[in-house]
Amino acid sequence: MTYIELRNVSLTYDTPSRRVPGVDNVSFGIAPSEFLCIVGPSGCGKSTLLNMIAGFLKPTGGEIRIGGKPVTGHGLDRGIVFQDFAQLFPWRTALGNVAFGLEMKGIAKAEREEIARRQLALVKLEAFAHSYPHHLSGGMQQRVAIARALAYNPAVLLMDEPFAALDALTRDDMQRLLAEVWRETRKTIVYVTHNVAEAVFLADRVVVMTPHPGTVQAEVPIRLTRPRDPLSVDFLEHQKELLRHLGGTAAP
Amino acid sequence: MSAAGERARSLRRAAVTLLVAAALYEATARSGLFPPALLPTLPAVARTLVATTLDGTMPLHALHTLTRVALGLALAVAAGLPLGILMGRFAAVEGFVLPLASALMPIPSLAWVPVFILWFGLGDTVSILIVFYAALFPMLLNTWSGVRAVNPLWLRAAQAMGADERKLFWKVIMPGASPFIIAGLRQALLRAFIAVIGAEMLAASDWGLGWVIFDAKEFLNTDVMLAALVVIGCIGFVLERLAFGALERATVVRWGMVRAAKE
Repeated sequence: MTYIELRNVSLTYDTPSRRVPGVDNVSFGIAPSEFLCIVGPSGCGKSTLLNMIAGFLKPTGGEIRIGGKPVTGHGLDRGIVFQDFAQLFPWRTALGNVAFGLEMKGIAKAEREEIARRQLALVKLEAFAHSYPHHLSGGMQQRVAIARALAYNPAVLLMDEPFAALDALTRDDMQRLLAEVWRETRKTIVYVTHNVAEAVFLADRVVVMTPHPGTVQAEVPIRLTRPRDPLSVDFLEHQKELLRHLGGTAAP
Repeated sequence: MSAAGERARSLRRAAVTLLVAAALYEATARSGLFPPALLPTLPAVARTLVATTLDGTMPLHALHTLTRVALGLALAVAAGLPLGILMGRFAAVEGFVLPLASALMPIPSLAWVPVFILWFGLGDTVSILIVFYAALFPMLLNTWSGVRAVNPLWLRAAQAMGADERKLFWKVIMPGASPFIIAGLRQALLRAFIAVIGAEMLAASDWGLGWVIFDAKEFLNTDVMLAALVVIGCIGFVLERLAFGALERATVVRWGMVRAAKE
C-alpha cells in the first residue's frame, strides 16, 4: 500500500544560459507509517524533492500524491522540520512555538497548551516549556521543532537534515529519540540526510539519489531489528551497500 | 558580581561624572570671568527651575512640547509602519517609495520650517508636521529593513502550520521585525525631540520648551534658558533610557533577538 506517491517527478531550474535539471524523473512510493530516508550528496536534489512533497516547490513535470490527493501546496497533513536551529520563533517560548500550529487551527488556549505540553514530554523537554529558544541548546531547539511539527497531528513528518548541524554525540542521542518518537506516533516520515549511517540507523527503506541530474540510484530496504546497533556487522554491511550505490559521486 | 551590584556601581560612576562636570561649571560661574547674567550659578538655575515648576509654567511648557512630539510621532508611526511593511513585502511599493524617501530624507527637518510657516501659519500645526517629517524616515526605513530581515524559515514554518496572510503578518512578520521597529521608534523619538525644540523656536507662540529658550534670550534670562535645557535633558533621558530600555528588555532582549545593552 502506498500513502505518498511520486510519479515521474522532475524539476528544472531556468538559469540565464540554459535549463538545469535539478530532479529528473523520480518515482517511488512511501507506505503509511514508513520511515523513509533519502540519501545523497549535496546537489542531488534530495532537499528539492522534500520541498516538493511539502508543497513549497511545484514540480515542472510528473505528480506527487498524498493519500490519493495531488499535492497543490502546503497543508496541515504534513509537518516540517528544517536543519537550521533558527526555524523556531525566538519571540515564543518552547511551549508557544509548539502551540503555534494549534493556534492557527483555532484551538482554545487551555487545550492547545495541554497538547503542546504532551508533545514537549514526547521529546523530553517538559521542564523547558517556558524557556525561550535562545536559552536552549541546538539539540533541544531541534527537539522543540520536532514537537512543533507533530503538535497539530499531521500524518506525515518531513525532515530536512534536522541533525546535520549538531555535534556527533548529540546527534546520536537525537537519532535514538527520533526512533522512539516514530515508534510511539507511527507517523510516515520522509527524512533527508547525507549521512549513510544515520539512514541505516533510522530508516525502513533508503532511497539513494545521485546528482547531475538528481535521479534515484537505488532503493534499499533496511531489514534490521530495532533498536539497531551501529557497530554490528549487519549494520555495517548495509552502510557498505548504500555507499556502493552512491559510487564515486561524493564522500558520504 | 551580581546584576544589582553592577547596576549600583554604574550609577555611582555616572553620579561622579555629573558631579565633576557640575563642579567645573560652578567654579567657572563663580570665578568672575564672565558676567553672572550670562553664566548663572547652579543654585540660581535650580531656584528658577523650582520656581517655574511650582508656579506650573515649566510643566505646562513641557506638556505642550510633549503633546507636539506625541502627535507628530503618532502620525509618523501611523504612516511609516504600514508603508515600511508594504515596502518590505511588495517590490512595486518599494520601487515607488524608496526614491522619494531618498530624496526627502537628507533635507534637515528644520529647513522646512519657514516653508511650513508660509503654508500653515504660526502655531501647533507647523511643529507637529515638522516632528512628523523628522520621525517618518527612521520609522519607515527601519520597518522596511526589519521586514526584509525576517527569516524566511519563520515564514515557511508558519505557512506549513496553516498561517494565512493575516496571521503571518501579526504573528510572524511583526514580532520578527520588532528589533528593527523598536530601533526605528527610538531614532524617530530622538529626531522628533530635536525637531520639536527647533520648530518651537521658530514657529511656536507662547508655549513649548523651545519657545521658552528663545523667548528668555530676549530678556537675557539665562537661568530660565538653562532650566529649560535641564528639563529637556531629563525628559529625553527618561523616555530614551527608561521607557525604551524597559520596552526592549520586555521584548527583543528577552527573546535573545538583540543583546542586552550594558547598563
